[in-house]
Order: sequence, then structure tokens, then C-alpha cells
Amino acid sequence: MAVSTSIADAAPVGRSPWHDARQRFRRNRAAVASLVVLALITLACVFGPTLLPNAFDSVDWNLMSAPPTRAGWHLFGTDDLGRDLLVRTLIGGRISLMVGLLATVVSTCIGVVWGAVAGFAGGRVDGVMMRIVDMAYAVPYLLVAILVVTVFGRDILLVVGAIAAFSWLDMARVVRGQTLSIKSREFVEAARAIGVPTWRIILQHVVPNLLGVVVIYTSILVPGVILSESVLSFLGLGVQEPMTSWGVLIHDGAAVMGASPWMILFPAGALSITLYCANFIGDGLRDALDPKER
Amino acid sequence: MWAYVVRRLLVTIPTVLAVVTICYLLLHVTPGGPFDSERKVSEAVLANLQAKYHLDLPLWKQYLLYLNDLLHGDLGASFRYADWSVNDLVARALPVSLAIGGTAMAIAVVVGVGLGILAALRQNSAVDVAVMLLGNIGSVLPSFVLGPVLVLVFAIALPWLPSGGWDDFAPRYMILPIALLTLINMSTIGRIMRGSLIEVLSSNFIRTARAKGLPMRLVVMRHALRPALLPVVSVVGPLAIASITSAIVTESWFSIPGLGKLIVNGASDRDYTLVLGLVVLVTVLAVLLNLIVDLAYAWLDPKIRY
Repeated sequence: MAVSTSIADAAPVGRSPWHDARQRFRRNRAAVASLVVLALITLACVFGPTLLPNAFDSVDWNLMSAPPTRAGWHLFGTDDLGRDLLVRTLIGGRISLMVGLLATVVSTCIGVVWGAVAGFAGGRVDGVMMRIVDMAYAVPYLLVAILVVTVFGRDILLVVGAIAAFSWLDMARVVRGQTLSIKSREFVEAARAIGVPTWRIILQHVVPNLLGVVVIYTSILVPGVILSESVLSFLGLGVQEPMTSWGVLIHDGAAVMGASPWMILFPAGALSITLYCANFIGDGLRDALDPKER
Repeated sequence: MWAYVVRRLLVTIPTVLAVVTICYLLLHVTPGGPFDSERKVSEAVLANLQAKYHLDLPLWKQYLLYLNDLLHGDLGASFRYADWSVNDLVARALPVSLAIGGTAMAIAVVVGVGLGILAALRQNSAVDVAVMLLGNIGSVLPSFVLGPVLVLVFAIALPWLPSGGWDDFAPRYMILPIALLTLINMSTIGRIMRGSLIEVLSSNFIRTARAKGLPMRLVVMRHALRPALLPVVSVVGPLAIASITSAIVTESWFSIPGLGKLIVNGASDRDYTLVLGLVVLVTVLAVLLNLIVDLAYAWLDPKIRY
């Protein structure tokens, strides 16, 4: 009796690969710090505008193009129409982050399904699907996004769709490669031997094993997608006034940067810090999850 | 080799065709026609206009006519700029874009490769640190932030150069845009060159070359450079396509009358035919560029035989 309990106590605690990865990520100081900073920026963008006294589109007639001041909570100053820049930066961040999140989710879903199906099906299906990816690679996607905006007018959801439509290609390629190697493993063979339908093999056995690479490539996607939205907004093809995004704010600030440099400084800083953090988190995730390291 | 070229061209044609078809259909799913305006036009005039632009034909016939025009190098008429065909607009804008983009790419490749070699040969020296720092700046400061920064420094703080505009290829107006496009690509090329040269320099045939007493300069020039350039060549194509984005930003920020400015103006004016023509043109250019890069790769790397 006593013996069996002592054996149970001594039984080694299992450590999953995910547990290992989490530990490796936590040890990466730059990545953890970036995660904290990005979380703070996100929280500020989500809750800041409701907590601060100024509205993003209300005009303060007494303070136009005012430099950062404590008076009236204009901590980032005001723009040339007397609107509070802090709240506008946060609202712009909402749009930028929301577009980044939406487009990333959409393109990740497309990429994973496309790559997994192509890799699993193999043969002619794989050939055709990957040729389509090759073809889409050659298309300068920003131009297509511009064309979509030209045709349908400026609509933020369309911008998301246009960005997502061309961001899933890398994901599809990587997932296909990974699927090819998983497909030949014994557990997939076993599942097929007991008659599991193909779609369930893909969903239950292949996709979970893809999670590592998918997480890494998703984290690489995020900054690129945010950047694409900012470029469109900077060109005046994104969101419309009085709504704003970081790209719009940078564009407006750039026009008057000689006289009121804070108007470009804060939005550009917010965007750059976000991109920097996203890159660091991506690097950290890659180091933590890279299959080669396991 | 020729079989490979033919095979690549055969893939290229459906790519271009697919882009043209999708973009063309996209234009036609929107409600309304080009001549629905506030001003009432008499029935007869409208019918004549529609007949002139073949809008009275079924969609598939219009599409085939458009393809026929494309094959003859005719991109159609602009909706907004009366009396201008898209070809005329492109003919004015293309040389400007090529001058800016081509010069920037050439400088970026030459200087980037040079800096990469220096950094690889003197690891952890000042040059090396500078190259790596530059690489980091390029990745967090996107073109639309770097552009204003350049103007702030070299046009406002130090009034040396104009902050934008264009004067018939006058070099004064070309320096800042070219500098911006160069900076963006140079850092990537430098980083890749550094990494690949370090890797090549640690291989056996380099050790052999050094062992037989060849000076380092010749080792690099004769033996290490060619294999180390391969990864650089393979990124030049994607990099050039990626710089289409930064070129559009650059041209619209510095108000340069190139293709990028044209397409942004076309998009704001909703000039359908102009934007469609430009998308088709740039896609064809991008596809051809990729083809050239792939062929250069095959030529450089004796291991690849298609």
C-alpha cells in the first residue's frame, strides 16, 4: 500500500512540447516585454477613448494646433482643427489593430485550409492549388486593393478583404510543406486504416500538428497587415473623416510637421512601437516553437 | 534551359490572363455605367456614346474586345482625363517611375552588396554594427514615416533640397525620392549579403583557396562572391515587387508624376479604365521581372539545371 503511493508520488510530471515552448518564450525578455507593451497599447486603444474626457471628433475652438499640454487633457496636443490628438491616436489605433486582427484571422484561415487540403490531397489537386498560389504571388497586391477601393468606394471591410485576399499565400505554402511531412507519419496511416474519413483526419490529426508553424507565421502576418492598412490610409484610400487611423494621422501630421511636429510624432511613434513589438513577439515565438529546435 | 524558359512563359500567360479577367469582372459588377451623370443626356447621344465604347454589346463580347485591344498594346481611354488615352498617360508617367525606381534599385543593390561584404569580412566592426542597425531601422520605419523624416531633415531643418515636386528630371527633385527608395531596399540586401557571405566563407573550398596562399581579396572576388550572391538574386525579384508599394507612397508623398501618383489619383477619381490599365501593366512588368530574376538565378547557380 505504502509502496504504491510512493511510486505514484514519484511519477514524473509530464511536460508537453507546448509547456516547453511557453517556458522558452518566457525566458526571452525582449519578447515578453514586447507582449506587455503591445497589451498596454491595445488596452489603451480599447478603453482609452471612453475614459478620456475628449471625443475624437469634438473641436476645441480655443486650442487649435496646440502643442502637448495638461490643460484640457490634451496630452498629445491638438490637430489643426482643435481635435484632441491623444484620443484620435487611440481611435486610429483601434482601426489599425482591428484591421490587423481581422485580416490576419481571415488570411490565416484561408491559408491553413488551402495548404492543408493541397498537401493532404497531393497529386494533381496539389499541383493546381499551388500553381494558383504561385500566380497570386506575382500580383502586386496593393494595386488590387487600390482597384477594389476604386470600384466599391472606401469601405474599411473591403480594405480588410483586399488585404486578406493576398496575405494567405505564405501561410498556404508553409502549411502545405508541413502537411506533406505529417501525412506520412504512422498515426495518420493508423487513422486511415481504421476508416476515419479524410476530412476528419485533416481536422483532428493534421491541423493540430500544424499549430506550431501556424502560430509563427500568424505572428509574422500581423505587422505586415497593419502596415498595408496604414499605407492605404496614408494614400487617402482607407477610412474616411472624421474616422481616422494611424496612416491617416501620419499623413495629416506630415503635411504640417514643420509647424507642429507632435502631429506626426505621436501617431508615427505609436505605429513604430507596435510594429517593433509585433516583430519581437514573432521572433520570440519562432525561437520558442521552431520544430528544428525540439 | 530553353525548355525552362518556355515552361515559365507558359505559366506567365495564365497569370496575366487571370489578373486581367478578375479585374475586368470586378469593374463590371458595380451598378451604374460611366455615362450615368447628373446632367441629362438625350437618348440618341447616350446610344451613340454606348456604341462607341461597345457598352451596348454583351459582357463577353466587350471582354474579348478589351483583350484584343490589350494584345495590340492599347489600354483604352481614360474616364476622367478627357482627350487622354491610358496609353498617353502611361507614356508620360512610366519613364519617371523607371528613372526613380530603377536608379534606387541599382544603388540599393550595389551599395547593399558592398556594405554586406564589408560587414561580413569585418564582423562586429563599426561597419557591421551600422549595417545591422540600418537593417533594423528599415524594418520598423515604413516608407511613409521615413519619407516625412527625410523631408524634415533635408528640406526643412537643412534647406538643401526641395520637399517635393518635379521639374522634368532635374536631379534636385530626384535625390530625396531616390534616397528614400534606396534606404528601404538597401538594408534588406545588406543583411542578406552579410549572412550569406559569412556562410560561404566558412565552407571548405574557401579554406582550400586560402590554404594555397590566395590573398583574401582574390578569395572573395573569385570564389566567394558568386555563390554568396545567390540569395541576394533570389530576393531582388520579391523586393522589387514589394517596392511597388513604397514607390507608390514615395511618388504620392513627393508629388512625382509617375505611375504610383497616377494610380492613386485614378483611385481617388474612380477612373476605372485608368486603374485597370495600370494594374494590368504593372502585373505584366512584375511577372516579367520575376522571370528575369529566375533566369539570372539559373545562370548563376551551376547546380540548377532545368
